[in-house]
Amino acid sequence: MNRLAVIVARLAWRNLWRNYRRTLIMISAVTVGAWAIIFMTALMRGMVNDMVRDGIESLPGHVQAHNPGFRDDPSVASLLSSGDAEIAARLDGAGLRAWATRVNVPAVVSSERATRGVTLIGIDPLGERGLSFLADAMADGRALRDADDDGLVLGRKLLAELETEVGKRVVVMSQDPANEIVDRGFRVGGGFDTGLDQLEEAMVFTGKHAAQALLGIEGRVTELAVLGNDFRAVDGLVAQVRALLPEDTEVLPWYELDRYIGAMLDVMDGFVLVWIVVIFIALSFGVVNTLVMAIFERTREIGLMLALGMRPSGILLQVVCESLILLAIGLALGTGLAWATVLPLRGGIDISSVARGMEMFGAGSTLYPELLWRDVRLAVGVVLLLGFVASLPPAWRASRYRPVEALTRSA
Amino acid sequence: MTGLGLRLAWRNLWRHPRRTVLTLAAIAFSNVLLVFMISLQVGTYGLMIDNSLQALTGHLQVQADGWLDDHRLQQVVPDGAALAADLRAGLGLAAVSQRAVAHALLSSEERSYGAQLLGVDPEREPLVSSLPGLLRDGRWLANGGAAEIVLGSALARNLRVAPGDRVTLLGSARDGSFAASITTVAGVFDSGIAGIDRGIAMLPFDYFGETFAMRGAAHQVVIVTPALEHVPEYEWRAEALLPASANLVVLDWDVLQPGLKQAIRADIGSAFFVYAVLVVLVAFSVLNTQLMSVLERTKEFGIHLALGISPGRLGNIVLTESALLGGLGLLLGMLLGAAVTAWFGVRGFAYPGMEELAASFNLPAVFYPQLNLVSVTAGPGVVFVFTLLAALYPALRLHWLEPVAAMRAA
Repeated sequence: MNRLAVIVARLAWRNLWRNYRRTLIMISAVTVGAWAIIFMTALMRGMVNDMVRDGIESLPGHVQAHNPGFRDDPSVASLLSSGDAEIAARLDGAGLRAWATRVNVPAVVSSERATRGVTLIGIDPLGERGLSFLADAMADGRALRDADDDGLVLGRKLLAELETEVGKRVVVMSQDPANEIVDRGFRVGGGFDTGLDQLEEAMVFTGKHAAQALLGIEGRVTELAVLGNDFRAVDGLVAQVRALLPEDTEVLPWYELDRYIGAMLDVMDGFVLVWIVVIFIALSFGVVNTLVMAIFERTREIGLMLALGMRPSGILLQVVCESLILLAIGLALGTGLAWATVLPLRGGIDISSVARGMEMFGAGSTLYPELLWRDVRLAVGVVLLLGFVASLPPAWRASRYRPVEALTRSA
Repeated sequence: MTGLGLRLAWRNLWRHPRRTVLTLAAIAFSNVLLVFMISLQVGTYGLMIDNSLQALTGHLQVQADGWLDDHRLQQVVPDGAALAADLRAGLGLAAVSQRAVAHALLSSEERSYGAQLLGVDPEREPLVSSLPGLLRDGRWLANGGAAEIVLGSALARNLRVAPGDRVTLLGSARDGSFAASITTVAGVFDSGIAGIDRGIAMLPFDYFGETFAMRGAAHQVVIVTPALEHVPEYEWRAEALLPASANLVVLDWDVLQPGLKQAIRADIGSAFFVYAVLVVLVAFSVLNTQLMSVLERTKEFGIHLALGISPGRLGNIVLTESALLGGLGLLLGMLLGAAVTAWFGVRGFAYPGMEELAASFNLPAVFYPQLNLVSVTAGPGVVFVFTLLAALYPALRLHWLEPVAAMRAA
């Protein structure tokens, strides 16, 4: 058996190069196809990962816990049933990578010139390390120091719209749990720059204790955010956090908190497969054509082999082997080429000319292609599998030749 | 090319029916895909632009220079109602209406949220915006300056109010003073656009003006033209109608919503890559077929050359074969492509999981591809050209064929 395989493979290899022009053309076609599949997939992956990262950063956190009413009524009335201290007692020592509690309420910020509706987020900057984008996005002034910090950090876009700047005072208005309007003057401590206007306009940060004091909810929070190790695998983390918290707490992964990004990731996975199959079909006609021609040219030879006692299965194997070798060479070259194209683009592709459009997608203005081993394996696997299937009919026909007829047929 | 050459080419094509059919299938497959995808794009872009603009933006807006970037209450169009009337008369369009814009805290009995308030002309606003037609509860604003407000659906839900309930506005007025007022909810609109439903409220222009001390000033005069292609013409006509003294500008939808065209450009860019790859793969297929068919006829071509037929003429026959092959693929692809597209055009095309994505571009979950001359011919036309280019090398090879050597070829 093993010897037969070696002979078949060697025959297939030699047959391929009998008509080197044809083989070279087909290898080029497969190479272009494989390159297109992998390169395009790397670009799309890069874009989606960027979106997911931005999305998770603006939530932020891989898993969040809320009062079950919070998503419908994201206000100070939907506090977590457990206070800050209780949550800390429950989560400490559970081995979580990072977690933080926040106060997250709708509010209005007014300068002397303008007023804007925003989300006021009270944070503990020490707990947010690694969780929130804020520390890395600081552009002006200073970052928040600790939970007692009562400075306000605003997006640059919002600072411009309010016509205010670091060091000036603004007024924040919101409501307490009894729906009394509460307000307080804050000094602008810093400005952050995320590149996404939507984030910069919508979010305003201050120390958690300052926010709690303003709202009259000392020791209470609206949100718990937990960071996992990998955003692609958070289900275990969800279960772990759920087990640690009281039953009346809603614990959700990021892809349910932000349905858009969750949907994007799924659609992209499906799209990668569709793209591979479409390219394969476009290629398959050429591959099958090549096989049909190769078999046609060798009709007499195949007849002779059969007459000399080679089994039909040997012929079948040889033809399929020929097609798979062809595809494998093309796939290897295409993957190498894709890798060589992606490598110099590692630093990112500047797509700022369509930045506002990409913002509609939720993506930034630089595209970082991401060549995933998983996608390469998928592409190679799908193409080889379908290639095998596509080359079966011609191979089958060749193996069914009647030796005498085939021998006497004029080429 | 003579009739004889054509007949020869046709017969040559069918010497290997299987090969020809496979090559045809490759061409037709790409063409069907191209027709369908381009039709889908054409339909989607139009819809995306219309849906995005009709909610609030309109086709053109007159604004104070700088308002677009800064959104300051003080950057106004003085006497907005009068300018809107002038533009209506001057442009001969009914769909012109002024708006004033401010941000404020809205408080109901139970909740408080910040929102963007639009002071609109109750009579004219339905002509420039789709929101008045999308009321889910209650009614549209009454003509005049009554103290009433229409809220987006998510905003109404967050505030826990329904038509008839009272809402308090708190903000700062144009002159820097404190703006406060109590108003009644008249209706609730549901546009399906998250940002609008969550953050927009509309109130009568005159009432807005009293509350925010606008003294008749507006922030935008919205113009909707009969069709997108008329926008440039109306833009310069509107510019000519502006009062010379005021610091006003006319902005078109591309400036007002720059993301829209760029999103389309980004999409066209990636689609172009897909198309190019398809076309190149087809070209390889045709190149392979034609090269094979020329190589296996080396002997025959040698005899032809020896008999005195010029290489050019032989090359013409080879090119004609390709043209026939490409032409058949073109016809087949266009017919099948149009059929597939027409079917989806009636039934609609949906991709699982697409709803959330589509919604962020103001698109419905089901797409209806649009057939037109361009979408049917553009892709197949390019494929045809590449089919001919692919046959160039096999055809040119004939020129350096040695008759004697060729005749001896196996």
